[in-house]
Amino acid sequence: MKLKELKEKLNLSVRCAEDKLIQEITGGYVSDLLSDVIANAQKGDVWVTMQVHVNIVAVAVLKEVAAIVLVQGREPNEDTLKKAKEENIPILVSKLPAFQLVGKLYESGIGKT
Amino acid sequence: MRMDKSYSQSFEITGNNFFDAGKAATEVKMILKQIGINSDIIRRVAIASYEAEMNVVMYAKRASMTIEISQEKIKIVVDDEGPGIQNIELAMKEGYSTATTEMREMGFGAGMGLPNIKRNADHLKIESEVGKGTKVEFVIELKESARGGSKER
Repeated sequence: MKLKELKEKLNLSVRCAEDKLIQEITGGYVSDLLSDVIANAQKGDVWVTMQVHVNIVAVAVLKEVAAIVLVQGREPNEDTLKKAKEENIPILVSKLPAFQLVGKLYESGIGKT
Repeated sequence: MRMDKSYSQSFEITGNNFFDAGKAATEVKMILKQIGINSDIIRRVAIASYEAEMNVVMYAKRASMTIEISQEKIKIVVDDEGPGIQNIELAMKEGYSTATTEMREMGFGAGMGLPNIKRNADHLKIESEVGKGTKVEFVIELKESARGGSKER
């Protein structure tokens, strides 16, 4: 599924890197511990997190995740957004809490093998 | 890039600079991609480098990260000027961390850093002097594993 379809289906708001919404999503990961994400997230995942500080962008770049999705309507910090624009990493925001969002992602076929 | 001889490059890491944190690990990853190193090796080097870099950003003043690539192996040395590690054995324990509450709230300090390096490297050596600094050196062998061609997934 493409990021764009997911955005519409799950009512996500895009904060940056709109041009990358054509990317294909190949899986998902949810965690707020950066070491866990670094060790276990995969290329092409949507990464669901509550963290909004600038280091999520470096983690996303290094792991080549397709997008960062912030939950509970949390907004990226100013320097997070700046860095994400520089690196062209899509950040999307969901109003849902992580559990519900991940449930919906899974229902949409993300992460089902 | 031809790999007849060994190749080496150094990157500077600045303590407490969270904006640029992760840059050195990303550069290391780019180099390995350019050379055409297999993606499983790249994944392991990237995880270990990131953890080593974040330790510098969180605890030390500054450090150099040097990568040496030869036909046989990839060696990374992170040499920092910082507080040093009081008890290396304890620091290696999964879940042990001296991170502040603030760092933990940012999703760091899970006590996974050094264990993540150990898990992904073939050899790991840590030398530390309290009040002076820490030198973390790890090696990932290329000889057999480089032939695998497994995918990053």
